[in-house]
Parts: sequence; C-alpha cells; structure tokens
Amino acid sequence: MSTADIESLDAFRQRARSYLRDTMPPARPARSGAMSDEEELAEIEHSRMLQRLLFDGGLAGILFPKEYGGQGLTEAHQRVLNEEIVGYDHPSRMGVTFAPCGAIVNEFASHELKLRHIPPMLRGEHIWMQLLSEPGGGSDVAGAQTTATRDGDEWVLNGSKIWSSGAWYADYGLCLTRTNWDVEKHRGLSVFAVDLHQRGIEIHRIEMLNGARDFCQVFLTDVRIPDTERVSAVDDGWTVGIRWLFHERSLAAGSPYFTRPATGDLAPQRGTSAEDLVRIASELGVLGDPRVRDLLGEAHTLAHVGPELAKRIFHLIAQKSISDQAAAVSRLYTGWARARNNTIGLEIAGPEAVAWSADDDDIGQLGIDYLTRQAGSIGGGTVEMARNVISERVLGMPRERSGDRDIPFRDVPRSAPSR
Amino acid sequence: MLLDITSDQDFLQETTRKYIEAECAVATIRALRHDSAGFDPEYWRRGAELGWTSLLVAEADGGGSVSGSGLLDLTLIAHEFGRHAAPGPLLSCGVVAGALSRWGTAEHKESVLPGLMAGTTVASWAHAEPPPHHRLGEVRLEAARRGGDVVLNGTKGPVEAGAQAAYLLVSGLLEGRLTQFLVPATAAGLSIHPLQSLDLTRRFARVTFDDVVVPASAAVGTPGGAAPQIEELLRLGLAIQLAETAGAMDAAFTMALEWAFSRYTFGRPLASYQELKHRFADMKTWLEASHAIAGRVALAVQDGDDDAGELASIGKSYIGSYGPELAQDCVQMHGGIGVTFDHDLHLFLRRITVNRALLGTPTEHRDRLVGVLESHLGDPGEAIR
Repeated sequence: MSTADIESLDAFRQRARSYLRDTMPPARPARSGAMSDEEELAEIEHSRMLQRLLFDGGLAGILFPKEYGGQGLTEAHQRVLNEEIVGYDHPSRMGVTFAPCGAIVNEFASHELKLRHIPPMLRGEHIWMQLLSEPGGGSDVAGAQTTATRDGDEWVLNGSKIWSSGAWYADYGLCLTRTNWDVEKHRGLSVFAVDLHQRGIEIHRIEMLNGARDFCQVFLTDVRIPDTERVSAVDDGWTVGIRWLFHERSLAAGSPYFTRPATGDLAPQRGTSAEDLVRIASELGVLGDPRVRDLLGEAHTLAHVGPELAKRIFHLIAQKSISDQAAAVSRLYTGWARARNNTIGLEIAGPEAVAWSADDDDIGQLGIDYLTRQAGSIGGGTVEMARNVISERVLGMPRERSGDRDIPFRDVPRSAPSR
Repeated sequence: MLLDITSDQDFLQETTRKYIEAECAVATIRALRHDSAGFDPEYWRRGAELGWTSLLVAEADGGGSVSGSGLLDLTLIAHEFGRHAAPGPLLSCGVVAGALSRWGTAEHKESVLPGLMAGTTVASWAHAEPPPHHRLGEVRLEAARRGGDVVLNGTKGPVEAGAQAAYLLVSGLLEGRLTQFLVPATAAGLSIHPLQSLDLTRRFARVTFDDVVVPASAAVGTPGGAAPQIEELLRLGLAIQLAETAGAMDAAFTMALEWAFSRYTFGRPLASYQELKHRFADMKTWLEASHAIAGRVALAVQDGDDDAGELASIGKSYIGSYGPELAQDCVQMHGGIGVTFDHDLHLFLRRITVNRALLGTPTEHRDRLVGVLESHLGDPGEAIR
C-alpha cells in the first residue's frame, strides 16, 4: 500500500475524537483490592462490549490488516488513538488477546486461520491467552515439554501449561508445544491455536499470596487440534517463539497492538501512582517529612522515566538502530521500578501498611502490594533473564554456558517433575 | 538524547564533534588541569563560530538555530561536550545570552551580546548561593535602590567561569522580590574568589558583592518580577546540563564496555562473567533511560509545555542519581586502573559529579516534584486531561 492510501493522522484523530465523544463511556475510577469472580466476569463482558464499540467505529485493530477486520494503519495512528481515548473507558482486559496472541497470529498464521480468528478478536468475541510457560520450565520457555503428536489431519496435545493469566474465562490459547523430541531444543517446537472450550482441557486457578486467583494452570489431556489450527511451520515454532517473547516484553511498555489511554501511568505493572502516594502521605500527616518527600519524588520520577524509556527503545528498534531484543531494557526497568514503588509505598505507610483499619483499604493495599513486590520482576520472564538478554543480545557479551545445545531435546537434563 | 534529529542538526553535532576531537585531545584536557581559566580563549572563540553561544539568541538579535529549535540544537552540542568532557562555559554563556536576548535592554544587546556570541566575551549566571543558602531557588543577595542606582550586597557561588566572566547575570531581592541584574565583573566592591574544582577544566568562583553599585538600567527583565524568568533559565540550564551528563555517561559506559571485552582474568574476558554482565545490563538500562528523559526534557522546555518544569525536575532527579551511580560502577568494572589519574574514566566521573551538584541536587528536585503533586491534591480533574 502506498502512503497516499493511508488515512492522515489528523483525519484519523478527528474521526476518533468524534466517535469516542459520541459513543464511548467515560473512564471509571481505578479500583483497588481483589474482585469477586462475578465482578471479574462482569468486567470481562464490559471489556468485550467496549472492544465491540471500537470495532463498530473502525477503531479496532489499528495495526491489523483490513482483510481481517483491522484498520491497516500505523503505530502513529495507534498513538493518536491512545491519546484521544484518555478520559474514556477502554477494553482493559483485551490486551493479551492482541499482543502477543493476535500479533503472532497475524505475523505467522495462514490466511485461512487469520480469517477465522482475527475478526472475532477484534469484535471482542474471542479472548485469547498464552499457553507458554510450563511447571518445569521457569523462564526457559523453549524447553516446553507439552507434546503435540500428529494423527492424520489432527494433532494430539498432552501436557501442562502454567501462569496462564485469565485462562479460566478465556476462549482461546496460543500454545507452544514440542513436536519433535529427537532434535535440538529449539528445532522441535510448534505453535497451535487451542480452543479452550473443548474436551481434554482442565483449568486450575492458582491462588497467589495476595489472594488473586487470575493465574491458571492448564492441563491438556489428549486434546485434538486440526492441523489447520497450526500457527507455525511444523518444528519451526521457535521462530514464532522469539517474536512471541518480543511482544510479551513490549506489553509492559505499551504494545502498539492494542488501545490503552496514554496517561503515562505505571500500569499494567501494579504500583501505586505518586499522586495517590502523596494523598496517602497527606492523610497520614507525614507529607512534611523530608524523607517521605524524597521517596515520593523518587516514585514520581521512576513512573515518568519508564514510559520515556519505552518510547525510546521502541523507536530505536523500529529504526533498526538497536536489536529488537532491546525490549528487555524496558522490561528490566519496569520490573525494578515496580519493586521500588512497592518498597516506597510500604515505607511511607509505616505501621499502617501492616495493620490497617478496614476503611483504609488503599493503605492496606500498599502492604499487600509489597508482599507481591517481586511478581513484577518474575512474570513475563525474570529480570535476570532480561539482564542476560541485554548483555548477550544487545551488548554482544558471551552467552552463558547451557546444557541443552547440540543434543536431542530427549537427552537434555531436566528438573524432576513437580506439581 | 533526541530521537528525531534533522540532517542540519546532525551536521551541527558532527561539526562540533570533529572540532572538539581535533582541539581537545585528552592530553590537551589533562594539560588544562593547571590552567587558571580551564580553556583556551581562541578555542572558545572558534567554538562560538560553530554556534555554541548563539543558539538561545533570537534571530533579530543576531542569533539563530539550525532547526528552528535553538535549545534542541544546543543540547546536541552539550551532549558532545559530555561525550568528550570538553572545556568551556557552554551552559553559562548560553543561558546568559538567552536571557539578554529575551529580556535584555537595547544597551545589553548592543554592548554585551555580540561579544558573547562571538566568543570573545564570557558571561556567567550568578544565581546559586553558598551554604547555608544553597538550596534550590534560595536567593538572599540584597538589591537596594539608591537614587537611580541599585546597591548589591551578598554572595554568589559556585559561579561557573566566575573569574573568567566579564559579566555576571546576578539574581537578587529588590524590595524582597526577585530581580536579575547584569553586572560587569570589574564593578567596584565586587570580589572574585576562585574555587578549587572537581572538574579538570571547568572553573568556578565565589563572588562577593560589597556595596556594588549598578544603574537601575542594569536590570534584566522585570524588576521585582523575575521569578518566572529565573525559572525559565533554570529549565534551559537543566536541559543543557542533562544532555551533557547523558553524553558523559555514554562515554564512561562505552569505555567500561570495551574494557569488559578486552580485559581477561582467569583465562576469560570480564564480559563472560554473569555477575558483571548483569551489572552492564543495569547500566545500559540507566543509560538509555537517561538519554530518554534528557531528550524529553529538552523537547518540553523548548516547546514551553505546561509540565516542562516538572519534567526538568524528573530529569534531574533521575540523571542526577543514576549518572554518578553509573560512573562509579564503570570505575568498579575497571578495578584499580579506574581510580588512577592515568586512566581517562575520571574525566567523565568528574563532569557527571559536578553536574549533579549544580542547578539543584536530585533530592532538591524530588522535593520540588512533591510540591507539584501537592498542588494537584483535591483536584480530581487533574486525572483527566
């Protein structure tokens, strides 16, 4: 497509602005604390409805091709939409559906698979999630042991996936499987689209130490998938996997594949905004304390530098002046910044963070957030992995020794089975 | 560091880079260690021909930019100053020239500005005061009217190139309200006490005003109403300073990175040790974040954004903290050689450390940020633009 065919940013902005004004409900205040399942499911339905509104207004799937229901526009258009939607409600639970899942389907799947799956994503009808990590694998996602065995025009999947956020309400999963155990680790993988509402899928919700139950372990037992649902070439799943991890890392920094208000917030990494911390410090009567002020200023600094760093890194990646693995730089920053934010929150709240009155839940939340402080440095690949990626792939330093190269995956030493 | 630069800006930066590389070899910088001025006047004059001192001056006053955004152009120059630990009062001359162009009298523009832009005259911004009045924004210098004159009493410092400057832009309290004056360094009652400096080439002085008499026409900008003007100069100064620090961080990091590949211990390069690799990953993150926020600050200040002051403080809070941290970690990566005078790393550690302390420390800027957030308290409309 020539650039002349693409809607100008100004025209797009006007169109988005007027549609959002006429159609989109206003933003709702963020709520803290855990939701009941009923509230969570209502929230999912609400996100589907908002996604449908975007779709009906020609504002869904900015980067997805028109033939699959998207807009065929650019990242710059997505940024405009993110700016215009500030102050309006947005489909907050559709993120993973579009990145990594939708982006990967769009980049690798067959024309027929895209025709079948991308439009329902864009209309909010299908919510997708990732079937990537495994109980035995940790950050070593290419060590997947969930096996897909060919049976005529079908594949039979067996194994278990973990940390699948939202699997309990999702419709589809993007699943990394091992299709060949007799070749080296990265050469025997394949990726499938898996309908989660089918026989052989069993979903267990995992309770986290803060009471959240969004993460799931998904057990696959003789799950039959038609070959037409295969996203990668057979045994070439790691080509997909590399991009998958890229899209996952870009999530925290604000992926261009979905719509999120450009408010510069630390979201979706959990943390309390500096504005809220200032309010809490004010309520506690400690806003005059120079130590508290220093911490508040630090929280505000870290929250604002992160999005600027992300913008820079993704700009450099788009210009090809830095490795696309540099997304790990942003990932390392957000993991660290969230941990620091949680520590600052705990410090400012003092004893109130560990023993609080029921009507001071936002202060109690600072204590609870602190307990899960490291989650932001673990999920989506640990910060240690990010540090390896930065030093090896971005700075070109020697790779760590590994015990899984140049031998059939079957012979690679593995953790004893757990869970 | 800016992300999108025009080919003209690229040329400007390249020209400065080549000039500094030709004129300021490390041996030259080291030799200037014992030079009282810290820079060669001829080097400065020729640098001024490259635009160093005129980028914040309006075209009508003989200045101009290559991109239409003089501050952005100047931050590219400042970045090169940082990358090479280059000598010369870039920030001070730039800020004073900018102030005279914006608010100076015809007399200032005729008799002072041309020399500043030509690089034949040095001027400096005498705003900060020594302890215990050294906190960001604190001004105690007294300016009292006497007939058609104003009498200045007080102390300023550290003043960059204070002993080399022919003119000082001095902030003081006129009837309790902030006012700026352009004062010749030769004025009676003005004494200049050169200070020792951590930087090899950047000189500072403490300047004492003991009944220094200047005409009322020495005021630059609105008498009694200079607070917003001083704030603007602070933002310009911070944009320049942050760009320079980011450049110096870049140079220190590059040096340590090369060292990690070439230095072998126990039969392996340093770059093969995971503990050290992870330290480099952290430093790379601080470095990229510093480039990102320095660029954002420059754009916001250039455009006069509503949040430009807040962003400038965010920039100083971040870079002022992580710049020195990165520099010290680069020293640590080098081992013993890193703390010797023979090695060049300290040129950048010095520049970064000096910049951290000037125009407000990170702690002071964090305090300022909380002031901004406090002003939003009880204003829920702030959440939605």
